[in-house]
Amino acid sequence: MVEIKTFDIINKFGMHARPAAKLVGVATQYKSKIYFERDGQQINGKSMLSVLTMACPQGSRITIRAEGRDAREAVKALGKVIEDKFGED
Amino acid sequence: MENLDAKRTIVLKGVGVSPGIVIGKAYLFDRFDTQVPLYHLKNKTLVSQEVRRFKTAIKETEIQLQELKNKLSDLGGMEPLYIIDVHIMIMKDRRFIDTTVQNIREQAVNAEWALRITIDKYREIFDKMEEDYLRGRISDIQFVGQGILRNLAGKKRETAQDIGEAVILVAKELSPADTAQIKIDKFLGFATDFGGKTSHTAIVAQSMGIPAVVGLEKITREVKTNDDIIIDGSSGVVIVNPDPEVLKRYEGKKKHYSDVKAISIGNAGLPAVTQDNYRVNIGGNIEFTEEIPSALEHGAENIGLYRTEFIYINREQLPTEEDHFAHYRSIVGVPGLAWTTIRTFDLGGEKFFSDPKLGREMNPQMGLRAIRFCLKEIELFKVQLRAIARASYYGRTRLLFPMISGVEEIRQAKDIFRGVCDQLIAEGIPVGQDVEIGVMIEVPAAVIIADELAKEVDFFSIGTNDLIQYALAIDRVNERVSYLYEPLHPAVLRLLSQIVCAGHEAGIKVAMCGEMAGEPAYTMILLGLELDELSMTPSAIPRIKKIIRGSTREESKQLLEKVKTFSLAAEIREYVEGYMRERFPEEFLINNGNS
Repeated sequence: MVEIKTFDIINKFGMHARPAAKLVGVATQYKSKIYFERDGQQINGKSMLSVLTMACPQGSRITIRAEGRDAREAVKALGKVIEDKFGED
Repeated sequence: MENLDAKRTIVLKGVGVSPGIVIGKAYLFDRFDTQVPLYHLKNKTLVSQEVRRFKTAIKETEIQLQELKNKLSDLGGMEPLYIIDVHIMIMKDRRFIDTTVQNIREQAVNAEWALRITIDKYREIFDKMEEDYLRGRISDIQFVGQGILRNLAGKKRETAQDIGEAVILVAKELSPADTAQIKIDKFLGFATDFGGKTSHTAIVAQSMGIPAVVGLEKITREVKTNDDIIIDGSSGVVIVNPDPEVLKRYEGKKKHYSDVKAISIGNAGLPAVTQDNYRVNIGGNIEFTEEIPSALEHGAENIGLYRTEFIYINREQLPTEEDHFAHYRSIVGVPGLAWTTIRTFDLGGEKFFSDPKLGREMNPQMGLRAIRFCLKEIELFKVQLRAIARASYYGRTRLLFPMISGVEEIRQAKDIFRGVCDQLIAEGIPVGQDVEIGVMIEVPAAVIIADELAKEVDFFSIGTNDLIQYALAIDRVNERVSYLYEPLHPAVLRLLSQIVCAGHEAGIKVAMCGEMAGEPAYTMILLGLELDELSMTPSAIPRIKKIIRGSTREESKQLLEKVKTFSLAAEIREYVEGYMRERFPEEFLINNGNS
């Protein structure tokens, strides 16, 4: 199963260390393969360094793509983290 | 961090504050870093041990971080804990581990150095980020790196000779505190962003007797740990990731430089006249205008070869006519130099355009390069020729076309040059009246038709490196056949003889600007061949002049006649080297038998 959804990064400092850690932390709880895509660049959502090097400031838009049995749940959980501004602000 | 991009050659110019040439691996210094040594692992067993050592250090670092986290949470502080999770996540990132392991395996280096390469690559990525806050995240990666390095330091490698290799220190600037802190004797040379002639870096380098260039402005941004780097402390030039040809040239320069240190350059200014009054003009080969003072100091009477390739290589966009002109203007009409020989572009098109297709010629040495490329891309060629014509107004200039293999090419090149001059005159821009035109004789076909080519030009210049390579069918940078590279091969001697004869019969001068001209063991052979001009890397000049002043043309001719009776290259080499050692014992003590 493949689930794809796009989200806006709305928290003030963008995807710095803590938000990245939260996303990766959530992503690794799922069996599905998880990718984040921004400006045509696709990275492994379970890799901390890849998420950090994607450099998403406030206002950037990322697409989450999950492939696997729990893809829908994964995208939903990740989307919630982003929409909750990673618990910041 | 995308694929390992093809390493681009970068040239930076600063202030040379401690002379000499050094070639090695760059080490990017960071004040807050533990100093990282470089070891090359000699065999596969050591490589696997090193990978294990790295993985163990990772595990230990993780355990330590977990312990730290537990301790902190016992203390009740919640807020900073997440950062420890971040660090653990970074460290356990497959990419981070795999890249480092790959560095250990592919480069056969120790874990510390491999880790530094990984971190430097990430640093480059983060440096390019626009948001300060995101860019600053490199500090988390560096923090993790430090933790792993500390654990690596606790575990000794089991190598026998645990000395570490010398590297070249690249830093913003070195303070007294820095030099006190680092193991300074591990460095072969310095290259820094800031500093001047009296800076601490300069003083330390001079006292250590190692080359240094300061004031490079952005070297710490352009260089990564483990890049190949050349430092020329005499001219203030630093070359990062040189291509094999440049590397080879600098190895030659380095050797001459250390030889010349052993002899006095006090007599370098005297003319190269044999004892029976035969004069040879001695020129310098250079590729940066910054090398002119050193050329003069070492006794160059002219610039016998100015290579123009770096005008193209070292930039994002094609050089404009003004870019060219600025270089040529500063090298033409220099007091103390009788003339300047400017050679037109001598590389393949791939150096021009970043079109990967152009780079994939199967046999680039015989491909679309030098004059062939220029005659195809006439508009580009004209830009260079216009600048040369303009500069020629300011002093005696010789124009040299490389890789000519037939009369058509030289005629076409001359036509284009004439057209360019006419155009400039029509525009009211002054040009030199008597630019001498010459061809490089470096393709065997050009030797065979040298009599025809001589009718077209004012001088010949023999490029021995390529001539030998083409004549003996040896790729100079292929180590497996380099043993066949033999400048005194009887075939080479015959070719040289033929070129000089054809030139002299037509009444034109014959110069040599290849490496052979600067090799003292060959000087008498070249005298015997009656070459009119020799041009070489400047630091080779004092010895060559000394040998010429100590010989006679008659004796040199006899030596040449003698070796012409031998049929083996090795026989000729041994005889000539033996003869020269006996004839000039003090000159050949220093590099006994390594010519």
